[in-house]
Amino acid sequence: MINFLKFTKLYALVSIVIITIGLYSIFTFGYRYSIDFTGGTLLEYQISKNINLAQKNVIQKTINKKGSKVDVKGKVIFLRLPMINEKEEVVIRDQIKKIVSSNVIVARFETVGPSVSREIVRTTTSAAIIAAIGILAYMTFAFKKVTHGLSAVLAMIHDFLILVGTYSLLSYFFGAEFDTLFVTALLTTMSFSVHDTIVVFDKIREYSRVSVKPLSVNANKALTETMVRSINNSLTIILMLIPLTLVGGETIRFFAAALLIGTVTGTYSSPFVATPLLVFLDKLTRRKNR
Amino acid sequence: MKKIKFSVVIFIISLLLVIWIDLPESHPVLHPPVINFKLFGRTVKKEFKTKMGLDLKGGAHLVFLADTKSLKSSDRDQALEGARNIIERRINFFGVAEPEVKTIKTGPDYKISVDLPGVTDVASAIELIGATAKLDFRILGTDSAKIATDTPIFLQLKNNTKLTGSDIKKSVVEFDPNTGKPVVALEFNSRGGKLFERITEGNVGKPLGIFLDNMPLTWPTVQQKITGGRAVITGEFSLDDAKKLSIAINSGALPISISLVEQRNIGPSLGAEQIEKSVFAGMIGLLGVFLFMILYYGRLGIIASATLVIYGLISYALFKIIPIVLTLPGIAGFILSIGMAVDSNILIFERIKEEIRRGQDRDTAIRLGFGRAIDAIKDANITTLLVSFILFNPLNWSFLPQFGLVKGFALTLAIGVATSLFTGVVITKKLLLAFYKEKKKTKI
Repeated sequence: MINFLKFTKLYALVSIVIITIGLYSIFTFGYRYSIDFTGGTLLEYQISKNINLAQKNVIQKTINKKGSKVDVKGKVIFLRLPMINEKEEVVIRDQIKKIVSSNVIVARFETVGPSVSREIVRTTTSAAIIAAIGILAYMTFAFKKVTHGLSAVLAMIHDFLILVGTYSLLSYFFGAEFDTLFVTALLTTMSFSVHDTIVVFDKIREYSRVSVKPLSVNANKALTETMVRSINNSLTIILMLIPLTLVGGETIRFFAAALLIGTVTGTYSSPFVATPLLVFLDKLTRRKNR
Repeated sequence: MKKIKFSVVIFIISLLLVIWIDLPESHPVLHPPVINFKLFGRTVKKEFKTKMGLDLKGGAHLVFLADTKSLKSSDRDQALEGARNIIERRINFFGVAEPEVKTIKTGPDYKISVDLPGVTDVASAIELIGATAKLDFRILGTDSAKIATDTPIFLQLKNNTKLTGSDIKKSVVEFDPNTGKPVVALEFNSRGGKLFERITEGNVGKPLGIFLDNMPLTWPTVQQKITGGRAVITGEFSLDDAKKLSIAINSGALPISISLVEQRNIGPSLGAEQIEKSVFAGMIGLLGVFLFMILYYGRLGIIASATLVIYGLISYALFKIIPIVLTLPGIAGFILSIGMAVDSNILIFERIKEEIRRGQDRDTAIRLGFGRAIDAIKDANITTLLVSFILFNPLNWSFLPQFGLVKGFALTLAIGVATSLFTGVVITKKLLLAFYKEKKKTKI
């Protein structure tokens, strides 16, 4: 048996550092929101030759709309604009055609009106709230004891904070967008976090049933038993999602990255956050009862 | 010689059936089955096709907001339905394969969403859809007496009257008090009533055509001069036909103005590239998992990999059977569910190893380990199913998201988890009991 709980302070430190950096990033850098949430137009043009920086600047100057942004990657031009209609799009396309003197193919043209983006914000928020309530309701049912439920909830909040924080860093440094898919990844992470905690707590419950030793001993025993499974499980998910993050389709790259962070954190938090918390809360209630 | 068990036969037959459904539909010989037979006079037809979403196939997704403020709330549903039908007709005119036109109610807003797979000329599609529906009445041309009588009547209706959709107050389905058959009643406004009176007066015994967007809806024969601004179209309608006609007339009469509030167009090449990349990524991931499982668990790992392959085959077959519209996030959900499916196997294997360490023989260890692991697996997967349910929003509750991308992810994840419960538990157990037995101690 390995005494995993001996290093509780170290786990706490690791979590606090990551969460602090993440929160700092959220409050200073914020997010890049997708047009789902802000409204506007997204254009992706494919042209037949590479674009140089000078041409990019000319495009930026020609479009000259407030809040517009031009990105160039090889033979692809990405434009983010305030909402335009299909006639204005044709005008922009013709302008770019002249600047790059090449055929321009519309690979993507997405427009989200302000009423739609308001609705998306509203519905995703209610989905997140309902999901959270549903998960909490299920947890009170699954964990009969308050201490178990509470530590699982705290671990879930921990995973939530880590994901929103690190995603803000991804947003700032790599241009990941806060979109509906990210909200989806967030909810999946929350469910996965509980999923994983249940597996570990299930084991602790099993040992507590047959042994009268203190909870910390049983918890350590359970952690030793489930550690291989936790690591292996993380590894398989990492093995599945890393290729998707690195070489998968561009539109789901950051979605895969968010799922990756979420699932790995979810597996990490069960033994290293939820379980120490459970032991701590258990001690606290025992002291009170005494 | 061992006796082959009945359950093994069933297992192999089901697996072959699943593989048959999974075959690519384009191959001339090795293609999935097409069910097409008659049962008690009803045709049962089912093809197993991979349905791809617009983000993969390319095409346009358009959402129009209907301006219903000027309408009474009781008329809104019908007006929206009328507009939807008109749009559908116009799109069919445009020649799009498998278009989808849906009405959506979100909070106080009434919307119409239009999916046009493969359409690249979005600007003209939008123009066509957005045009206001035009209803008008036509009478026989002056030269029609000379035309051969075998020309269809509606082609002879050439002369426009000044009567149009804006002269119609409304149209409803009624029942003829004498015959009990459904009829379509028209009610005109005062200008329309007078015009209609004049038209019917001059055309008794002749057909009067009602045209919607230049397409003939119906051409009843005028029985007598009609005064009072009310008319009834009788005919051999079924109730459904009468309703359709009434809605069509109304949509000309109540042109709700619609405005484009959301559009997402994806070029066809972009989607193909994304599929290729994502499937490639999934394959690499899968190989990595196989390698890891086999290196770490040895023989158990081979069984787990076999289960995973079966799992993938069953899931894909389910996608085709249901059928599920596959989107890029959907593929991601599927890939994630593979990762989670392995988890059930790992849980089971670790439990079995534990039992073996406690000194049980393999057969007992497998049975005990399964019993213990299943509880945890079931409990753990419920939350995932719960969240997928909320994200999928099967009842289209307007307070929850209804976008295709999120739905695609939730659905494949849920199906993946449900399937993995089945394969991870039932099939792994069968395979384990069949291939992971104690080596027979015959030699001493």
